[in-house]
Amino acid sequence: MKLKSNIATSENGFIFNPATGDSFSGNGMAAQLLEAMKSGKTEDDIKQDILSRYEVSESQLNSDWDNWMLQLKEANLLEI
Amino acid sequence: MEKLPYEKPYIKKLQAGALNKFGSRTGLQPFKSIDGVSVKSLIENYGSPVFVLSEKQIRKNYRAAYRAFSTRYPKVQFAWSYKTNYLNAVCQIFHQEGSWAEVVSGFEYRKALGNGVPGNKIIFNGPGKSINDLQLAIEHDSLIHIDHFDELNLLLTLSKNLVNKPRVAIRINMDTGVYPLWDRFGFNYENGEAWSAVTKITGSGSLQLVGLHCHIGTYMLSADAYGIAANKLAELAVRCQTELNHKIEYLDLGGGFPSTNTLKGAYLPGNDTVPTIDDFAEVITSALLNFGFANDDLPLLILESGRVLIDDAGYLLGTVIANKRLANGKGAAIVDFGVNILFTSFWYEHQVSPAQDFAAHTENMVIYGPLCMNIDVIRESINLPLLNPGDQVVVHKVGAYNMTQWMQFITLRPAVVLIDEKLRTHLIRKNETLEYTAEPELVPAHLNNNK
Amino acid sequence: MANKYANLCIAVTGLNANDNPGPGMAVIRCLKECFRDGLRIIGLSYESLEPGIYLRDQVNKTYQLPYPTEGTAALVERLAYINGQEKLDLIIPNFDSELFNFIKIAPQLQQMGIATYLPTHQQLALRDKVNLKNFGTKNGFYVPADHKLYTTDDIKKAADEFNFPMVIKGKFYDAYVVYTMDQALKAFHQLYAAWGVPIIAQQYIKGNEINISALGDGNGYNISLVAMRKLYITDKGKAWAGVTIKDDKLTQLADNFARASNWKGGYEIEVMSDAEGHLYILEINPRFPAWVYLTAAAGQNQPVALAKIAMGEGVEPYADYQAGKLFVRYSWDHIADIADFQQISAFGEL
Repeated sequence: MKLKSNIATSENGFIFNPATGDSFSGNGMAAQLLEAMKSGKTEDDIKQDILSRYEVSESQLNSDWDNWMLQLKEANLLEI
Repeated sequence: MEKLPYEKPYIKKLQAGALNKFGSRTGLQPFKSIDGVSVKSLIENYGSPVFVLSEKQIRKNYRAAYRAFSTRYPKVQFAWSYKTNYLNAVCQIFHQEGSWAEVVSGFEYRKALGNGVPGNKIIFNGPGKSINDLQLAIEHDSLIHIDHFDELNLLLTLSKNLVNKPRVAIRINMDTGVYPLWDRFGFNYENGEAWSAVTKITGSGSLQLVGLHCHIGTYMLSADAYGIAANKLAELAVRCQTELNHKIEYLDLGGGFPSTNTLKGAYLPGNDTVPTIDDFAEVITSALLNFGFANDDLPLLILESGRVLIDDAGYLLGTVIANKRLANGKGAAIVDFGVNILFTSFWYEHQVSPAQDFAAHTENMVIYGPLCMNIDVIRESINLPLLNPGDQVVVHKVGAYNMTQWMQFITLRPAVVLIDEKLRTHLIRKNETLEYTAEPELVPAHLNNNK
Repeated sequence: MANKYANLCIAVTGLNANDNPGPGMAVIRCLKECFRDGLRIIGLSYESLEPGIYLRDQVNKTYQLPYPTEGTAALVERLAYINGQEKLDLIIPNFDSELFNFIKIAPQLQQMGIATYLPTHQQLALRDKVNLKNFGTKNGFYVPADHKLYTTDDIKKAADEFNFPMVIKGKFYDAYVVYTMDQALKAFHQLYAAWGVPIIAQQYIKGNEINISALGDGNGYNISLVAMRKLYITDKGKAWAGVTIKDDKLTQLADNFARASNWKGGYEIEVMSDAEGHLYILEINPRFPAWVYLTAAAGQNQPVALAKIAMGEGVEPYADYQAGKLFVRYSWDHIADIADFQQISAFGEL
């Protein structure tokens, strides 16, 4: 589950996929996760970090993570 | 250290499309209470899902409608359309306000009697009255609105040897320029059928023709059609007077006024486009006032409004069961109420509001009910914030038809709660139980395992 | 005396200068020609790829509006916000489908200090495709016969009466000339999906296409009218080139329409002149046409006249315009950065 390497993210939460021409906007949490994924952190590290800083249960985060992966896949932003 | 508030991660594709009717609907606000009673407490006390009715809103609607007509026309009577919502508590509110009862079956007729409505204040409509029903209505001196010649002939037979002649009206269908033309109910105006029914009744000597009735359609978005209908009824009444020397006491313009729900396929929302009750009142009353009846000889104007008086007083509260992402990437929410209790979702795009605060991001999604049936879709496309399982939602403007057309299917029908004018809550229909649904069932001995 | 129009801020919709263009950019061009540098133009868009958004030398700033389907409450809220940023003097809406809402909120806009110059709901309704035939019959205009289509069964009835070809039209936009039942069905389904029912089937009239752009004063008279003969027509039926013409019969037609309707605001009459010289009204659009700049070129700047009346100035009716002014539309690839697209898409402002 790796983010495609050439995905361009901008400070104000925009994502541009140069391979397809698609643009996306994301909320704050999406921007954070993208940043973390781009920096090469593992899934576990990212989750641990979010759990330590945000008001969210582990089970909620796990289920949202699965949904997040589906969104990225649907958006064609993951390496296959 | 205090933790930061969390929101689900979410990305949205930036689309470029053309202007068409499937615009996003935003302007969302959390809807946390009804008449000051919190949604949360209602669900806590009465379960989820639950229907909630506002007595304050019902009375307000009735009074506004009555005022709209009575300030323009001297003789006005409303008759509550039982089929719209015949929960006894609801009917009693309307009867307290001065409404008669308008019923369309023996079942509804008996319900009205049970609610203490005097027989002469019950209007009996509909194409399906049985001999027993008619006899009961004759005994109670009710106003019988005849739908077809077979019913008329039956009534003539039943009334042959009666001292008190039954009071009847005929239902008339007509071309008022609206689509579709409802020609399945009553006698046609244009082809002369209505006139021959009139002459047959007045000539019989055994029935009193007291009224003329029409009901030109449902969810009428043009007031003008009612002007045409009022004119045609008035014309017929005057013809009765001049040709048959017979006075028609009342004209019943029926119902069909829309609520402000948005119809499926409509481009603009109902809130903006639906004519107001004053628009309808203006057209109908000015048609009658200008028709040329002598001033002290105006017929009584009867209205059988249902939907417009109660739709926006009803709410359905429910709970999100789960979220899903469909194969095409579209979001979906599953809620705990289905189309079996929200029939109107087949023809309205019901407004659905979250009942708690939410994050700003919205997503276009489908709302599914809990039934294991493909047709169980509450909204095919709606923009809502990301909802969590357990979140509560409110469906608006569900007071008309749902609490009568609902059916017990797969799940049990929920409770109905009334919030009175002093903001007290009352259970006016209990939620169904397994025992309630099993009560009428019988199992033959050879199939009975519980001996 | 100081120029009272020195600091004008006018908002305009219809920035979709594409192959089926909205009038917004032409209206802006007209306004700029008169009010020049003192004028700030605010674009109001619905979609993030309306070209006008990106033409920054024409449009100072663009704000996204909620779709008409979201209703007037959302529209008022958004315009109040925009007004807070920009202090608008006037709004000129240019889409048919948004007019119902703008007419409804015009009194609220006036309270905010924003002028409009719009027809009434009754006027909007009487020229609606659904009512046009009735209006014509009542007032002695030639209007092609039509049928309202609610189901595919209705198409057959219409075809029996009109034969092929006939015209299938959407409630707000789009029209297709169809030659077979299959094409008619296809058009019906497309229009149904985009705009809902009723869909209108109209008798096809053969002849010369003429359009009249006009400005009604709300009291039965036209302040301006300019007629244009289409010289080149795109496959969507839009004029790609046209020339101003003058004919008393056309003037009379527009004057009769103004008298019959008391129209207030800009409008366009689409006319078909058949072989016998009868002028059939095919459609009446409740706003200026996309070719409205030709009115300025021919000597009657209609958007400027509208702006002045809306802001309270008395404007004398125009007497004459120049026949023989030609317009040839051209397309142009404007360059912008994807960041602009992201900005307007996500934040609704650029």
